Amino acid sequence: MSRSMKQQIVISGVGGQGVLFVTRLLAEAAIIKGFSVFTSETHGMAQRGGTVLSHLKVGNFSSPLIRPAHADGLLALKAGGLSQHGFYLKPDAWAAVNRREDVVQGSKSPVFAVDADGLAQRIQQPKSINLILLGFTVGVVSTAVENPLFCSLEDLKTVLEKRLAGKKKMLGDAITALETGFNGFGTI
Amino acid sequence: MLGNEAIALGLMENGCTMATSYPGTPASEILASFAALQKEESMPRHVQWAVNEKVAFEIAYAGSMTGLRTAVSMKQVGLNVASDSLMSAAYLGVTGGFVVISADDPGPHSSQTEQDSRLMAMMAKIPVLDPDSPMQAKEMVATAFELSEAFEIPVMLRPTTRVCHARQDIQPGNIQWHPREIHFQKDPARWAATPKFRFHLHQALEKKLDAIASYPKTAPIRLNTGANASKALIVSGVAAGHAKEIMKDLNLWDRIPMYQVLQPFPLHGDFVSHMIGTYDEILVVEETTGIIEMQLADRHRIKGKLNGSVPRVGELLPETVQKIISEFAGMDTVEIDGASDPGVRPTLCAGCPHRAAFFAIKKAAPKGIYPSDIGCYTLGLNLGAVDTVLCMGAAISQAAGFYHAFKNEKKPPDIVATIGDSTFFHAGVPALIDAVVQKVSFVLVILDNRTTAMTGNQPTPAVGIGAGGESLNSVEIEALVEGCGVKFCRIEDPYNLNEFISLLKDAIKYSREHGPAVVISRHPCLIDRLRKEKPAHQPVKVEVSDECDGCAFCVDHFECPALVLNEAASQITIDPVLCNGCGVCICVCPKKSIKEVGKDDCESTK
Repeated sequence: MSRSMKQQIVISGVGGQGVLFVTRLLAEAAIIKGFSVFTSETHGMAQRGGTVLSHLKVGNFSSPLIRPAHADGLLALKAGGLSQHGFYLKPDAWAAVNRREDVVQGSKSPVFAVDADGLAQRIQQPKSINLILLGFTVGVVSTAVENPLFCSLEDLKTVLEKRLAGKKKMLGDAITALETGFNGFGTI
Repeated sequence: MLGNEAIALGLMENGCTMATSYPGTPASEILASFAALQKEESMPRHVQWAVNEKVAFEIAYAGSMTGLRTAVSMKQVGLNVASDSLMSAAYLGVTGGFVVISADDPGPHSSQTEQDSRLMAMMAKIPVLDPDSPMQAKEMVATAFELSEAFEIPVMLRPTTRVCHARQDIQPGNIQWHPREIHFQKDPARWAATPKFRFHLHQALEKKLDAIASYPKTAPIRLNTGANASKALIVSGVAAGHAKEIMKDLNLWDRIPMYQVLQPFPLHGDFVSHMIGTYDEILVVEETTGIIEMQLADRHRIKGKLNGSVPRVGELLPETVQKIISEFAGMDTVEIDGASDPGVRPTLCAGCPHRAAFFAIKKAAPKGIYPSDIGCYTLGLNLGAVDTVLCMGAAISQAAGFYHAFKNEKKPPDIVATIGDSTFFHAGVPALIDAVVQKVSFVLVILDNRTTAMTGNQPTPAVGIGAGGESLNSVEIEALVEGCGVKFCRIEDPYNLNEFISLLKDAIKYSREHGPAVVISRHPCLIDRLRKEKPAHQPVKVEVSDECDGCAFCVDHFECPALVLNEAASQITIDPVLCNGCGVCICVCPKKSIKEVGKDDCESTK
């Protein structure tokens, strides 16, 4: 990876799912990789269970927002996020979606699905679907897509270790969730 | 670093020793971040949440009168509340640097209006700086302090949502501590100026503005020196960030000259002459009103909001900026399909005490008029228990207005107004005094969740905690209500739904004859992390019995996210992740099909 790194990722979900947390982890991962990063977040009223959308731009950008048809990838914490925010994606971009069925038809871009809700129940961390989807995304995008994600599972672990230093239980749970998602990609 | 954190760091690095605010999206994190930095540094600075923006403004302003560098932050509609102080402070001027941070919300994402604070700066006749990013916002704090001290004038910093809530990699600089001499120079002709002196102050202010319009440090910047054309582009704020990227993408960077305005008011005089003297066509892209545009005299050369080239309402999204620039450059524009799906609407959290209170209000006064106010509880709209939302504090005065309008009718409607605890302190008190004096028959329900929830759980005056978590005095709401002259003031936990409904009925009956009655609906916010007191409520485990016929009354009228209609089975199911065990739904179900595990009905649960 070089100085010319440019990646634009949209993260969508509803208030309370941890969209902001995922955005922040990815932004910090970008910083430890030495890339510039620009994000835009949703705060306020919408955080009460309404649709929440983050824009993440890694590389040299001057605008915090992604234009329609300019995103390289989409993380959708709710299945509906794909139809709702898919317009941000470039024609060949990837999407990682939290939903049960894996089959996606009529889409040119690769869409990867994981049942993050189910996996979260299985590891008894019902609020960790954000990290499960993130782990899944890192796994699937690095293996199945030509242009890999700007950061690796290890980078994200480093960020978590920094953020949750001194909170051993929380850190352990977070890493479990991340790895569950990462490994979850192999099972489908 | 979040834009608001960058602004706080800028304040810190530039010797700001007093920072005040009232929370409001998108400005809230500025003071919270300043308080967090202050905790690390532990220098003698004053950081506080004030009861409202006017009070916050005046505290910080008086601080600057003693020679200190001070700042006040708020959202754009907060500046309306502080505007009385702002207009006058512009005349009197400052001693230490004084920065007024007013965060605008084009969109609007979380506000009543899309108003442009730069117009307020223009009206007050003070300079305003317009950052394009968190990084520039931080740099502009330094410029604002310098400008403020150079001309003894309040300076406005106007970030927008996309600056406040953008995150960028920023290296923190040095926080230096330069203690200043604190001295209040008495000068009644200035600080207590009578109208005659105000005339002279106004003259002096105009002179300052003329000089500021040629202040080198805030002059517009030519972004692409190589480009040469008869057309030019002027950009400002976050639209400048979008435009820079788009100009490069469209290969226009080397063709059309581009200027970024840092100080939209007063616009630099030389810049205006240069632009009008050099270019045949000028496109101005700024948010939200055409402030720069209206200062460029030669109308027929200017394209912008006034001639319809740039939309006058809504946020300038990068896709919109791309279309505008393409058209201006004579390029073909491609329509890009944007969002069509409206997404999920926000709702009160599962177990939110406000939901129970709203349900009770509809039960107690089914044909009532429900004026309401600004906060999470605005979402009572979804439940049909909020009829009006105007601005902070208006619920009470609007209730009075409805009362006076209907009072001579044969059967006037019951009026039940709702207001949050923080909003009541902010702007509700004068209206309640007025309602007592005027014998207004209405019930005021103060939704007291012991916090300012919507903006991120800042403490209210009733909590007795400061911005940095320090212990302070508190003011109790019931004492305040009684002090306003209200004779009927009762407190109840809305989780006790049946008791709460009957209390409301008593209050309504009382108010019909005697004037205002107040019910304080007290239950702490579920997502308040600052909360020290443990709630007395023990979670109730609820289940849906087989008798549930899927009528969806609970979904339609109670709208708890944890109650989900399973259409295939024609039954309600309870989402165990979302349910917090408030148990209120047990009393909501008209068919008594929601039960506490192991119990029979609503009465035996309570």
